[in-house]
Amino acid sequence: MRKTSILFALPLWAGLSAAAAPEQILRDLEAEARRDSQTFTAFSAVRGEQFYRTERAGVDGGKISCASCHTADPRALGKTRAHKEILPLAPGANRERFTDPAKVDKWFRRNCNDVLGRACTAVEKGDFLAWLLSVK
Amino acid sequence: MKRPMQIAVLVFTVGATGGLLASGGEKEGSKILTQASNAKWQAECASCHMAYQPGLLPERSWRKLMAGLDKHFGENASLDPATAEEITRFLAANSADRSGNRRSARIAASIPAAAVPLRISETAYFRRKHDEIASDIWRRAKVGSPANCQACHQAAEKGDYSERNVKIPR
Repeated sequence: MRKTSILFALPLWAGLSAAAAPEQILRDLEAEARRDSQTFTAFSAVRGEQFYRTERAGVDGGKISCASCHTADPRALGKTRAHKEILPLAPGANRERFTDPAKVDKWFRRNCNDVLGRACTAVEKGDFLAWLLSVK
Repeated sequence: MKRPMQIAVLVFTVGATGGLLASGGEKEGSKILTQASNAKWQAECASCHMAYQPGLLPERSWRKLMAGLDKHFGENASLDPATAEEITRFLAANSADRSGNRRSARIAASIPAAAVPLRISETAYFRRKHDEIASDIWRRAKVGSPANCQACHQAAEKGDYSERNVKIPR
């Protein structure tokens, strides 16, 4: 019942774009993870947090992690390298996050490349989102 | 004798007023960069940095920049082809060498014909205008780098870079 009301309420605030709930995006990632890996069981928020905080070698020789721009707390405002404010990443602090699949794809594509030097797997993305959804 | 004099005065007055209005409008307009806008340009470019007005760089610079978005100053800023094409068209049509704006024309004129700068701060015009800014000011936490126009130019997002709207943060 609750789920139904959320689904009906969504278009009211998300406008006419192809809006989805973060939970729907998580379910889509889960289906993708199952296709990719036969040993996949479930996403892990613990792994997601670790992924978010892991520092890797950046292109300029320094260390880089998701937290470099989004800060240690994904509910806080972040900052781009060009000094523009980044709205909170956690859906609990910013209800527009993870509601537009095209935008989610775009930013995973760009940022995975910048931080990891490669695309992220569906498992990595799902762990990441599972953790962000658990942060209240 | 009387009548031609009146006509002459009238012609002079109308001409002068018209000239004054035109030059006044021109003067005001020329201080402010042309306010062209495009929804995709705003949405895509301004998610990471201020949406730098197209009149800040010549067309050849925008084309080169838009062709290299996958390595955009060390970051992947790639776009889908349709969006990239629309933004490129918008930037080119309103670029420094095509906008007709006075400040834009000066920026364009300060760039050697063979040069294709990707940073606005590389242009001779920018350097000349900022030559009194010591390097420690650029490094202040609230400034960070020359990419952060609105740190000092409070109306930068409206295309207004006039000196009276400059406030350098401590």
